[in-house]
Amino acid sequence: MILELLLTSAPDWAIRHAAMLIVVVPLVMAPILALSPSGRLAWFLALLATAASTYFAILTLGIVQSTPGGIIEYWIGNWYLIGIEFRVDALNAMILLIVSGMAFLATVFAWPTILADVEKQKISLFLCAFLLCFAGLCGVAGTGDAFNLFVFLEISSLSTYVLVAMGARNDRRALPAAFDYLIMGTLAASFYIIGVGFLYAATGTLNMAEMAAQLPALAGNRSVQVGFAFIVVGLGLKAAMWPLHQWLPNAYSYSPSFVTMFLAATATKVALYALIRWLFTIFSPDYPFEQAIFTWVLAPLGIAAMVICSFQAVFQTDVRRMLAYSSVAQVGYMILGISVATAAGVSAGLLHLFNHSLIKGALFMALAGVCLTYKGTTVRDFAGLGRTAPLTMSAFAIAGLSLIGVPLTAGFMSKLQLGYALFDHGWWWAVLFVVFSSFLAVFYVGRLLQAIFFEAPASPGRHRKEAPLIVLVPLWVLALANIYFGIDASFPVGLANDGAAAALGLEAFQ
Amino acid sequence: MWEFILDRAGYWAIIGLMMIGLFIAFSAENLIKRLVGLSLFMTTICLFYVTLGKITGGTAPILLKADMPSHYGSHAAEAADAHLAAAGSERFADLVYTYSNPLPHVLMLTAIVVGVATLSVGLALIVRIREAYGTIEADDIRAMDIEAAIAQEAEAEKDLNEAAV
Repeated sequence: MILELLLTSAPDWAIRHAAMLIVVVPLVMAPILALSPSGRLAWFLALLATAASTYFAILTLGIVQSTPGGIIEYWIGNWYLIGIEFRVDALNAMILLIVSGMAFLATVFAWPTILADVEKQKISLFLCAFLLCFAGLCGVAGTGDAFNLFVFLEISSLSTYVLVAMGARNDRRALPAAFDYLIMGTLAASFYIIGVGFLYAATGTLNMAEMAAQLPALAGNRSVQVGFAFIVVGLGLKAAMWPLHQWLPNAYSYSPSFVTMFLAATATKVALYALIRWLFTIFSPDYPFEQAIFTWVLAPLGIAAMVICSFQAVFQTDVRRMLAYSSVAQVGYMILGISVATAAGVSAGLLHLFNHSLIKGALFMALAGVCLTYKGTTVRDFAGLGRTAPLTMSAFAIAGLSLIGVPLTAGFMSKLQLGYALFDHGWWWAVLFVVFSSFLAVFYVGRLLQAIFFEAPASPGRHRKEAPLIVLVPLWVLALANIYFGIDASFPVGLANDGAAAALGLEAFQ
Repeated sequence: MWEFILDRAGYWAIIGLMMIGLFIAFSAENLIKRLVGLSLFMTTICLFYVTLGKITGGTAPILLKADMPSHYGSHAAEAADAHLAAAGSERFADLVYTYSNPLPHVLMLTAIVVGVATLSVGLALIVRIREAYGTIEADDIRAMDIEAAIAQEAEAEKDLNEAAV
């Protein structure tokens, strides 16, 4: 209904170029930001850019849902069949909506945390790097060209390294963390282009749709299989698939709190999207070697991530590190959903991707609110916060419960869907692992909530207050979304089902 | 057997260089050496792509006289473009000369730019690491971090005890 209203009121050019404008607006705005003399102006412009991208993302979703085939094909510069294509279907549209929506909320709340974390004369440059990262992520989600995906991946990664390193003002460990991330991230991207090279050699095209059309004829071709392996490893590293997640805990723990929140809600999600695109749209589960990879590689790795990283999260004393390990565990759920390789499984994975970005967004946002008034982020520092900052901490608690998967929260819905998909596929034993991993989440979230609400403050001398209003509003938007989508999940489930149908090439929008 | 290996000598060289680069990037303790390994790895990818685009006996991908449609007169370049676009891929068949594929080269121009950007961000990070830690050896940095963490823990413990008193 809102979508229809937007579609009818949107100008002609916006409808025609919506898919491209999501990327172009922040990309053009970034250098302007770098020139901006005042940080406040830069923040305002960044807010405008992310708001515009969100608008175009919603518009794109509306167009995708209202066109018969459910696909927008946008040839950049009108170089039909020769140039680079932006190809948006229900799957991309969902990811674009998540990324731009979270980027907008992140920018709203960013201002006070940036003032605290970044030197004054660097604020414009910091926001410039943020917009570049955001444009890169949207580009990865939107493009229909395999090599273009690499370029956007590197745009977003390079600016991410810079953003992570900005945490060095508070903690010098941010620098080695950023350096390790740079080495790992660049290796991942390189693996990806090696894979694309093999596929290009075999098919002679870089367009994803064209490649997908040519691959069935090349069944059993060794270079196709090698390319596939390289691409899965490269994107798996970017998506922090266990055991390729070693860069993630450090990068999340030491970067500025705004960056952590943005990355946790978007970056791994986009890499995971790219993985889904390659696994299901370009290759397909019908290939025997891919089926073998689903059963013998992806499913065990997903389960290992769920169990091992949840265990690691239980033993962390630093809250950011705990949540970072929990993020890797949640990626495990998504990978497990994908590895079922049915429409229901992919849909469950996508639904968890959506919900997890709401959950982790809210958790890290609340954490940033706490960091504003008090620097400590260990569990001990959180003791008694429930009394001094009840609004911030109750939003944190809602998101925490959603992370566990308590009924009436969004997290429950996606775990339920995942369970159904696993049962349907006959993998009932995997459901046990899901339950066990959720049980571990009860431990690490519960320990935190117990410290927040039932323990006396560790050092009463240090007073903390509520986070400022500009942090509280987006935080509560996310927290309430967690509850709302836990009660009425029709919107995200619809998105995820359409996305899964588009990924698998089934008839969408039934 | 030997023929199989020697025919693909270029690829073997690429695989060798790639593995060397990867090994250095993983195993070196000195951060600059790690970046050197990474650059080697990325440069080899460029070699790989360029090798893909090369055909034995192929020339640079600019249409030679014999392949130019003759009846277009002075606007030869434009006419050739139009001719190519109209004929699409079927035009390959009636070319007199063999041309190398230019696309991988173009892709690698982009990849080189990405590589330069990565290298410069990495070097800038190393400068900052050296300012903050006074060393660029990974194991020294790790030892200093652990030391700092232990000291921090001890201080927090002391604070807690004082608060209790």
